[in-house]
Amino acid sequence: MSANAPAPHRPDIAAGRLHAKALADNFSDLHPPLSAHEAHVEADRCYFCFDAPCQKACPTSIDVPLFIREIATGNPLGAAKTIYDANILGGICARVCPTETLCEEACVREHAEGKPVKIGLLQRFATDAFMASGERAYERAAPTGKKIAVVGAGPAGLACAHALARNGHSVTIVERKAKLGGLNEYGVARYKATEDFAAREARWILGIGGIALEHGAALGEQFSLDGLRKSHDAVFIGIGLPRTNALGLAGGESYSNLVEAVDFIEDLRQAESLESVAIGRRVVVVGGGMTAIDAAVQSVRLGAEKVTLVYRRSIELMKASPYERELALTHGVEVVPWARPHALAGEDGALHAIHFERTSEADGALAGTGEFFAVPADVVFSAIGQKGAPALFAGSQAPAMTGDRIAVDDELKTNLPGVWAGGDCVVGDLDLTVSAVDDGKRAAASIHAALTKKG
Amino acid sequence: MVDLSVDFLGIKAPNPFWLASAPPTDRKVNVERAFKEGWGGVVWKTLGEAGPPIVNVSGPRYGAIHGPDRRVIGFNNIELITDRDLEINLTEIAEVKKAWPDRALVVSLMVPCDEDSWKKILVRVAETGCDGVELNFGCPHGMSERGMGSAVGQVPEYIAMVARWCKQHTKLPVIVKLTPNITDIRAAARAAKAGGADAVSLINTVNSIMAIDLDALTIQDSIGGMGTHGGMCGPAVKPIALAMTAEIARDPATRGLPISAIGGITTWRDAAEFIALGAGTVQVCTAAMTYGFKIVKEMISGLEAHMRAKGYRTIEDFRGKAVASVTDWQNLNLNYVAKAKIDQDLCIQCGRCHIVCEDTSHQAIFAQVDGERKFVVNDAECVGCNLCALVCPVEDCIVLEHRTVGVDPRTGRAYDLPPQNWTQHPNNPGAGKSRG
Repeated sequence: MSANAPAPHRPDIAAGRLHAKALADNFSDLHPPLSAHEAHVEADRCYFCFDAPCQKACPTSIDVPLFIREIATGNPLGAAKTIYDANILGGICARVCPTETLCEEACVREHAEGKPVKIGLLQRFATDAFMASGERAYERAAPTGKKIAVVGAGPAGLACAHALARNGHSVTIVERKAKLGGLNEYGVARYKATEDFAAREARWILGIGGIALEHGAALGEQFSLDGLRKSHDAVFIGIGLPRTNALGLAGGESYSNLVEAVDFIEDLRQAESLESVAIGRRVVVVGGGMTAIDAAVQSVRLGAEKVTLVYRRSIELMKASPYERELALTHGVEVVPWARPHALAGEDGALHAIHFERTSEADGALAGTGEFFAVPADVVFSAIGQKGAPALFAGSQAPAMTGDRIAVDDELKTNLPGVWAGGDCVVGDLDLTVSAVDDGKRAAASIHAALTKKG
Repeated sequence: MVDLSVDFLGIKAPNPFWLASAPPTDRKVNVERAFKEGWGGVVWKTLGEAGPPIVNVSGPRYGAIHGPDRRVIGFNNIELITDRDLEINLTEIAEVKKAWPDRALVVSLMVPCDEDSWKKILVRVAETGCDGVELNFGCPHGMSERGMGSAVGQVPEYIAMVARWCKQHTKLPVIVKLTPNITDIRAAARAAKAGGADAVSLINTVNSIMAIDLDALTIQDSIGGMGTHGGMCGPAVKPIALAMTAEIARDPATRGLPISAIGGITTWRDAAEFIALGAGTVQVCTAAMTYGFKIVKEMISGLEAHMRAKGYRTIEDFRGKAVASVTDWQNLNLNYVAKAKIDQDLCIQCGRCHIVCEDTSHQAIFAQVDGERKFVVNDAECVGCNLCALVCPVEDCIVLEHRTVGVDPRTGRAYDLPPQNWTQHPNNPGAGKSRG
């Protein structure tokens, strides 16, 4: 607790609610890595399925049975190579993928006995071994003289840049943030990517060579899409969803303790010291996705006393995976479904409660029931989704969009010649790291084919 | 009430589970611990002649191959016969037999291949009050280089000769322990019988090198960079032991010769299988060396439960009952048709049945039905080879069904044709009778 106890009408927001040791424990690896023994026991459980359902469930189609067999036979570096062949961001994906709804849900042992092979942790075992080995996964091909601009150093951009650089092209990554990795660096809970992993993996990916970095340079500011198209043979846009949806309640802008969950998560991720991160005593999170869960669970782990997560539909319809929902519940987060924000109550720029209206669904339409309740709060985190930013293309010829997302074809091509896009910013993406990696990989293949086409 | 007791050559024991001559039976303290856990008998670790004892290596004398989760599947040793003084062993044997009169105590022997050596040791051993002797003609390592162990067991004439000496010089029952490192076990068993042996025990260990150390590029494990082949036992050798036991059990020349079976017996089920092939007792080593003596409790309770379920009162009620089912290939009914069937409720869709059939057998399992992932046997190609059932990770998910009604779409022949074997088959140029 801070030395100066807050006045009763002021929000109770304080740093250092827990001791340093407790904070360190709370933000250590959510899933500790497997020991070599554990990895071998687990690898032995894999049946080496034909046309494996796990591989088909992976957006990047990692050859899961093969890499697990390589682990089982004492070849973790070969296993990692199998993973990287399909997914150069295999390390971070092993940490942040909702495996329980992808490969592990498809695992035949999930079908057989409700206990899938721990594919994610095995993938981490292999990729960690590779990172520790200091080896390089790939050699860069002879330079082609072709120049490609990659906008955004998130998983889509990194995967695309790596694949292009590997083929000998010269890549420039334009990234508005100071660090590489995109949401894996700025947008996921701290305990999901400890020890600076996202940035380390990104640097390792750049180690292939042929990739220049323009940090702090944003599309629509230092660079325009038109300009990039003129100076490069191709452009890949992997800018994610830079804006958040606002609650849209009266007075929202005036309350300093109504915070975007993504900002809280980013600040917490980037904080030098966990003891310096302030958190409310009573926290309310609005939303039902991964971001909402990350905000709620991290609030608990920072020492918030009461955390309430309110979602407008049923728990089953939450975008957060069942595992994430379970994580919230086991952390004592009170999950309140079927309610939507109605009004904010506060004074002097400080919110002290948020009012909700109960909801129900009839014929697929969500409607308020006319019943209201208030939840007192020292901090309210808004996590009701992110959206694209068409404004970034202002002044340039903009790619065709569907809503706020860029329209692409099967090869991730936009309607603009020489412009590809992938990751969260395009239509139809799953909004997962692993699907962004797949977009980047496939876009790179398409770009490479286009740039090396004979005749 | 189920009775597990056995009477083997007049040697009585409360159950058929004996510890084989091996490290677990090297000394009184071990043997008494075994008896406390319930073992029905032991074959005392092989004694040599009087004088300075042999010397064992002081490095790794055991090796293993592992299955998943580091389960020991095959076990290897280069240990020699007992390296303790003969007198100490004889004293302890006498003490143990006196303290445990209801348990079988057989003493394994290996001395140089001359009559006098055997005569001398037999006299001394008889004084201990033990129940019988087992002649170690099996050890394939170390002692065989000195003209003993498998060096004897590989020459039927020597087997008969030594067995004869032993029968002349002792009143104790004589069991000849056979080596599997030969081409035809029947020759060795016939020789033992011809020499007057009361029984055979088999198999001893199989010549083996367990691994190569790829860092040191040496045999693994090595004794200071050098190693030698050892003898392998454990679950991996059980099929070899079953086959050899069956050969002796069904050979007209040795039929009825008492058999004490050895080779990878790990559970009650393994033991029951050997008994069904005619074994009067079973001997165990690797399982005890892998898990400790307590495993005999599982063996006893398992065999009891099995016998109760089958309505057997004694071991004799089912002993040898499977021997008649073992025959030569030429006698198999070539008109018998079985085809694989996949239980779709049990199937977990791993697809291994499909890929192994597709890649390595008869392309007889569909991987898709109506565009959906589903594994279904194609009767028109299935030859009933069993591969799919064997690789399936789920018990009883794939079974081979004996077809008796209708026509085989693979061959166009009726399922219920009368039995016909190769000796009667029209494709066999030598099947004169059936052609005639």
